[in-house]
Amino acid sequence: MTAKPMTAAGASRASVLFPAIAAFAIGFGLIFMSGLVQAETLHDAAHDVRHATGFPCH
Amino acid sequence: MTPPMTCVTRPASPATDMFSRILTSGLIAGAATGLIAALLQLWFVQPVLLHAELYESGQLAHFGAEAVSAHQDLGPFEWTRNMLSVLFTMMVYAGYGLMLVALMALSEAQGNAVTARQGLLWGLAGYLTMQLAPAFGLAPEVPGVAAADVQLRAIWWLGTAAATGLALWLVAFGKGWAAWGVAIVLILAPHVIGAPQPDSYAGPVPPELSAEFAGRALGAGAMAWALLGLLAGWFWQRESQRAPVPQAA
Repeated sequence: MTAKPMTAAGASRASVLFPAIAAFAIGFGLIFMSGLVQAETLHDAAHDVRHATGFPCH
Repeated sequence: MTPPMTCVTRPASPATDMFSRILTSGLIAGAATGLIAALLQLWFVQPVLLHAELYESGQLAHFGAEAVSAHQDLGPFEWTRNMLSVLFTMMVYAGYGLMLVALMALSEAQGNAVTARQGLLWGLAGYLTMQLAPAFGLAPEVPGVAAADVQLRAIWWLGTAAATGLALWLVAFGKGWAAWGVAIVLILAPHVIGAPQPDSYAGPVPPELSAEFAGRALGAGAMAWALLGLLAGWFWQRESQRAPVPQAA
């Protein structure tokens, strides 16, 4: 196997993947919680936002 | 003898540094956009929603014995309710911002520069993914309309957003017709399958209000997403310029 010199893009690609996945998951969690979870208190508090943002509400 | 300290703070690992840069850009762009989006919604969307609630609650009846005036007193500004809406809109857009910047970072690592101008395209793609594509099957609903089971709709909604987002990534960064072909299938599939629809139409809200609400919700969303894309691109570019350039080994 020939050793491939690590490029700048290659080096940053490795250090981007996990942080990006983590941030993406947190972002999704925020949207899921405010937009889709049906727990009553959450639903009532976010009611108008869910309608106005086009999430399925009730 | 210990060498003299030259560095007071320990340099963060590249991954930690990257995580905090994504978090900063995404949250700031998202929360700022959320605030504007909330104002747009309170101004343009909320009055239609409150108007529809008069029919949902039975205070007004559509197709009753007499015609109902289209101009109704919607009551005083409800602070608690509306401040909760501002808070949740900021949370939703902070979530959008984080996801958008995370994807920008991934794309930049593949050699695609991200600027505010590019960000506008990212925002448009985000709007298509999170609002327009789901709305094609499930139009933004005013309170009091007939709809299918909420869980089924949530599943279809999430599946449509995921498929559309992946498809747009393939359109933008895929090379060749194999990728673009998959993108076309992913964009069409949720709508060929079809969104869950109600068995009967029993909504008490006039169609005029429903239509106005859907148009307003989608329009406000488009403005907000354009802004989110611009801001996310701008903040991300600014963060990237501050970051140390990775050295080739």
